[in-house]
Amino acid sequence: MKKALEDLRRKADEEIRSAKTGEEFLDIKTRYLGRKGLLTDLLRGLKDVAPEEKPVLGKLSNDIKNSLLKKIEKTLEDITSGEKHRSLRKDRIDVTLPGRGVRYGKIHPVTRVEGEICDIFSTLGFSVVEGPEIELAYYNFEALNIPEDHPARDIHDTFYVTDNVVLRTHTSPVQIRTMEKQSPPVRIISPGKVYRPDSDISHTPMFHQVEGLLVDRDVTFGDLKGVLTSFLQQVFGSDTILRFRPSFFPFTEPSAEVDIQCVMCRGAGCRLCGHSGWIEILGCGMVDPEVFKTVNYDTEKISGFAFGLGVERIAMLKYGISDIRLFFENDRKFLEQF
Amino acid sequence: MLVSLKWLRDYIDVELTPEEIAAKLTMAGLEVDSIDRITPGFCGVVVAKILSVKPHPNADKLSLCKVSTGEQVFPVVCGAKNIDAGDIVPLAKVGATIPGGYTIKSSRLRGEISEGMLCSEEELGIGEDTTGIMMLPGNLKLGEDLTVALNLEDVALEISITPNRSDCLSMIGIAREIAAMTGGKIRYPDIKFDESEEDIATLTSVDILDPGLCPRYTARLIKDIEIRPSPAWIRMRLEAAGLRSINNIVDVTNFVMMEYGQPLHAFNFRSLEEGRIVVRGATEGEKFVSLDEKPRTLSANTLMICDGVKPVAVAGIMGGLESEVEEDTKDVLLESAYFNPSSIRKSARSMGMGTDAAFRFERGIDPEGIVRALDRAAQMIADLSGGSICKGYIDEYPRKMEMVRDIPLRPETLNRVLGTQISAGEMKDIFEKLEMTVKDNKEGGYLVTPPTFRVDISREVDLTEEIARIHGYGNIPTSLPELSSGTGTLNNKRILENRIRTIFNGYGYSEVINYSFTTPSSADVLGLNINDEGRRVIKLKDPLSEEMSVMRTGLVYGLLETMKKNVSAGSYDLRIFEMGKTFMDIGEELPVENERLGGLVTGSRYDRSWHFDDGLQSDFYDLKGCVENLFDALRIRDIRFKSDCDLSFLHPGRSCSIMSDGRVIGFLGDVHPDVLERMDIKGKTVVFELDLREVALLAREELIYRDIPKFPSVSRDVAFMVDEAAEGKDILDLVFKEEEKLLECTDIFDVYVGKGISDGMKSLAVRFTYRSAERTLTDGEVDRAHDRLVKKIVEHTGAKIRGLEI
Repeated sequence: MKKALEDLRRKADEEIRSAKTGEEFLDIKTRYLGRKGLLTDLLRGLKDVAPEEKPVLGKLSNDIKNSLLKKIEKTLEDITSGEKHRSLRKDRIDVTLPGRGVRYGKIHPVTRVEGEICDIFSTLGFSVVEGPEIELAYYNFEALNIPEDHPARDIHDTFYVTDNVVLRTHTSPVQIRTMEKQSPPVRIISPGKVYRPDSDISHTPMFHQVEGLLVDRDVTFGDLKGVLTSFLQQVFGSDTILRFRPSFFPFTEPSAEVDIQCVMCRGAGCRLCGHSGWIEILGCGMVDPEVFKTVNYDTEKISGFAFGLGVERIAMLKYGISDIRLFFENDRKFLEQF
Repeated sequence: MLVSLKWLRDYIDVELTPEEIAAKLTMAGLEVDSIDRITPGFCGVVVAKILSVKPHPNADKLSLCKVSTGEQVFPVVCGAKNIDAGDIVPLAKVGATIPGGYTIKSSRLRGEISEGMLCSEEELGIGEDTTGIMMLPGNLKLGEDLTVALNLEDVALEISITPNRSDCLSMIGIAREIAAMTGGKIRYPDIKFDESEEDIATLTSVDILDPGLCPRYTARLIKDIEIRPSPAWIRMRLEAAGLRSINNIVDVTNFVMMEYGQPLHAFNFRSLEEGRIVVRGATEGEKFVSLDEKPRTLSANTLMICDGVKPVAVAGIMGGLESEVEEDTKDVLLESAYFNPSSIRKSARSMGMGTDAAFRFERGIDPEGIVRALDRAAQMIADLSGGSICKGYIDEYPRKMEMVRDIPLRPETLNRVLGTQISAGEMKDIFEKLEMTVKDNKEGGYLVTPPTFRVDISREVDLTEEIARIHGYGNIPTSLPELSSGTGTLNNKRILENRIRTIFNGYGYSEVINYSFTTPSSADVLGLNINDEGRRVIKLKDPLSEEMSVMRTGLVYGLLETMKKNVSAGSYDLRIFEMGKTFMDIGEELPVENERLGGLVTGSRYDRSWHFDDGLQSDFYDLKGCVENLFDALRIRDIRFKSDCDLSFLHPGRSCSIMSDGRVIGFLGDVHPDVLERMDIKGKTVVFELDLREVALLAREELIYRDIPKFPSVSRDVAFMVDEAAEGKDILDLVFKEEEKLLECTDIFDVYVGKGISDGMKSLAVRFTYRSAERTLTDGEVDRAHDRLVKKIVEHTGAKIRGLEI
């Protein structure tokens, strides 16, 4: 009996090994393990064996049954999943074709850069304030220490609406409007559109500026350098080299212009920087006491600095745009690159 | 300003290269824009020696020369008479170029070979002598390039002088700056001359009628001059400074202006009626012809230099044609004066005469340098013209100009502002380098008196800047201010704008920025009614062009123009939006500035692709869906899209007002075909605009969560046949008014016109969804509620239920 069982296991194993299709396995399963199967037949003879052998043979036959079942089912599973896999593979798409739906729209590069500038300054403690684009000449000029019939107005060719009303030539009027309403400390930036009658490859009659103002006790020129260095290194990279050189603005003194080392040639001199190795990036300075006087700040108690920069100029340098007019032509082929 | 380094070196010795000088000036606040090498207008001309001169066999006026460059001997045919063997002369070799664009070629002159050309000063453009070949000094090296041999090269620095630094609008001014930085010493011109016996006071007089505008006027008279071209050295200096040489007199006035910064004018004395000068304001409407030959009508506030009868010059700006120094001028009256800067500026601007003189006067000249410049010019004119300077000079000085003196400077205040620790001694040193006088102040610190040419310095802060500038901005230590008020904030408007951008970007809309200016004709193109608010434009006084002469009152026109440009550039499918201000004249000093959001869609909904070979035409509902989702994202409820919005530029049947709480906050619709036609745009176009301030007010930040329903919903679909003009929203509103508690929502899921529907009717299929938060609804409950609602609709609209109509 024991031998018969062992033989049966060997034979069944052999058949399992040589079987290929799912049907063959099902057949093996029925032939050996079915109700009229070979193993079942053998077990019917179990009642005739000696009682002391019964537990041993019973266990053996059970083991054989389980191991056969396991093998058959395992292989059967392998076979069916393989067939499913093959049929799924035949159901094939071209994954390289483009997906469906509308293409994501783009943010205008000026907005993008302006936003970046505002974000950096807000981490430096500056709050965003805005003001009118059509402005009283007083706020645009006189309050900023730019009297009428003064050559300082040459830097500010102006669109006039009436003798007393202009399209603002810079966002500095916002500084005055803010200081009129608020006592120190003041820590603001004012982004926005400004207007000057000029149109060529590097000028458009409308462009964007961000100006900043910080007024507090003991604000120094060194602080001005620190804040702007930190800002420019965040915009152009932490290895950006910059220099401050004296300049003139009616509303600041001392005044400075800030150059960064040319982003293209790294100071060697190229067409972009006019072979000087430096690119002018912004104007700044310590707020002139005359300006504080117009808003009744005590110049003996407080000091402050102001700066202003052109958004398009920074965008041009960052993205390598050579004609400023492209920003306002709004060609889809231009806009889609940002 | 153009600065010739050769000229500059007349006043100061500098051992630096042009690049080093430029760097120093730039870092001192005199920004050098460019460094240009100036070379004479010839090339290939060398120093040569004439070995022999023989007559030309076939031409009386020519001679045959043998000319040596040291290494080679050339045969040259020459027409000049002043040459002899042994002379050192300039030889333009074959291939050389000389002014006028001539290239020297090997040639045959009346049968004789000539390989080169001997040149006169005039031919080389370095002098005016036309009488013969230029004679060179004997010590020059044969064969050497003439430019090198005569040191004809120069370098011109183009310097941007900021409006405060009028003192730097001259060679000596620039030299002073260099001296302050390098410690060099200025060589001022040596002014010495003889005067004739004739006293100027007996020959002429000056009357200043408006001392406010002309506080000081000085004059000299130089007689018996001879008008000639200026010598080469003056011409070359003027040219390097960008000025044209005229004659010896005019050139001297320009030369001295460039040297000292004091503009001068020379009058042809004989042309002055009554032989005298009167300084007065013009009478309104007075006629005058300026040197540039333009007839001008004067206004009363223009200061004029007049003779006894009529104007002869616009003070400080330009001379008159009639009193111009001419070929036959014998005596000149030389003017050196001080004019009120803002008056000069006003006149120069109103007359459109931005001359070099006006540029200097309006920035302020050295009030104490007037006589010095007068004398310097008199000396040079006498030297160059052979004239004699009359005894004495006229100095009308009716209004003494106050000079700034003794500005208190507190070194500790200065250091506190700069964030530096500069010693008082170093400050004193810097002041003295800048020719300021420094005294100790009894109250501590210094009293500093700037030189009279530094008209920009009157306050402590001006002195602070000087210290910072010369100490070097680069040497000021960098620090960071304390954050006394925490981190900054973006304002709410910008936060909202950023959210809107994100939403529109997600819908495929790209942001555009159009000019705030527009054309006045845009109102007509948009067909705006004569009383439309959109016509209340702000006009610019001096626009760049008619197309940019008024401020926009809306965004639609700009969006359409952008579309037009894109379509003609081949981009037919466009989804764009813009946020920006519009401006409206309300009759007050400042206009109203509105914040607007606008958008436009045209062309295909999708990029043409394998999914959508025709891309699907975008329409009203594309843009509306986007706007609805904007409201949803900003949690703005109860927005109504109301038909018949009555805007001239929108399609009357396919447009709506966007309303909130009975207020119009925007519009949406197809652009009127007439507008498209007028703009010559093809293709269906939908636009919208919203008032951003209204949107900001309506937007809700807070959010309250509601439980997800636990019990199932039941839906009932009904197709109503209604009049084609009926609006879905009206039907839904009827249902809404019933306040049926079990009704969760209603949706229109199909709109059908066509077969099976009678003419003038349409079918609206509505899904009613019922749900209770407490229990599963029974069919009976739902049916009762549903029947009531359907009945209501039928009663109020006369709708028929489709499928039940027979």
